[in-house]
Amino acid sequence: MLPEEITKFIGQSIGVVACEVEKGSIKRFADAVDDPNPLYWDEKYAGKSRYGSIIAPPGFFGWPVNLPRGMTFQRPTDISDPPEVTENLRAALAKAGFGRVVDGGIEYEFFQPVRAGDILSAKSVIKDIIEREGKTGKMAFVIIETAYHNQKDELVAKARATAIYR
Amino acid sequence: MAKQLYWENVEVGGEVTPLSKVATTRMLVKWAGASGDFNPLHYDAAFAAIQGVGSPIVHGALKRQWLVQLMTDWMGEQGTLKKFSCSYRAMDWPRKMATTMTPEAGETWQCKGKVTKKYVDDGQHYVDCDIWIENGKGEVTTPGTATVILPGRS
Repeated sequence: MLPEEITKFIGQSIGVVACEVEKGSIKRFADAVDDPNPLYWDEKYAGKSRYGSIIAPPGFFGWPVNLPRGMTFQRPTDISDPPEVTENLRAALAKAGFGRVVDGGIEYEFFQPVRAGDILSAKSVIKDIIEREGKTGKMAFVIIETAYHNQKDELVAKARATAIYR
Repeated sequence: MAKQLYWENVEVGGEVTPLSKVATTRMLVKWAGASGDFNPLHYDAAFAAIQGVGSPIVHGALKRQWLVQLMTDWMGEQGTLKKFSCSYRAMDWPRKMATTMTPEAGETWQCKGKVTKKYVDDGQHYVDCDIWIENGKGEVTTPGTATVILPGRS
């Protein structure tokens, strides 16, 4: 059973992070994957497509838009709610012996394309924290759900991410 | 780019066009910069060793993005990726670099998929797939699922 110091974080909001989707960021992201899709690279081509402009690859969320504090290049002014929730949860997990974390996986549902110039805001909630038994011992699965909206307040995507603490 | 895929031409049990990828230390550096994931687990040999993974491992999210490309390449420009999921079940280690641009010989990863279902819902043509990444030994390290909306001919 996970201690109350950890389970009390269930339901807590991690806050809202806003990020402008820049063409350069899109290109660097596509380059890092080695994805030559002209919709991400070629303005003329993308302009003539059904999107009307350069778009970001699906999945251009997560790390660029919704970053845990301490592993981010976003300035603090981009974060509108206090960041302590993640840090405090991490500390509570470390105290209980779950000092290491790895990314367990992700689920996305996509509703709108993301265009260069869009401003995305990500609002995350700690949905659940579950104890699991593995080969190396006990683990804590932290499930974070995030809703991404653009500057028109359209729901762009939803994500459900699992971080595995051990 | 490949010809546009239409919903009518997809068969349940059919293959998604496979995609080969080679993870290199160079690619991991690019991914860290592009994604903002500066976890030293992925670039610092001493840190990775202390964390118990041997040496720096491939970012899970980079593998995710390979699988996203698997689907966006296959669905074509008129297709839409609707749902996606993957789990980072097993670790992958990148090839080191032999020169500034070329990696050492080593493993190549294969991104693959298989159609599990096709259906029409509210006028949209859906295709569900199982997707996965196999490492150089053919072991599945990153299983997942994806749903795309394809154009219909009618």
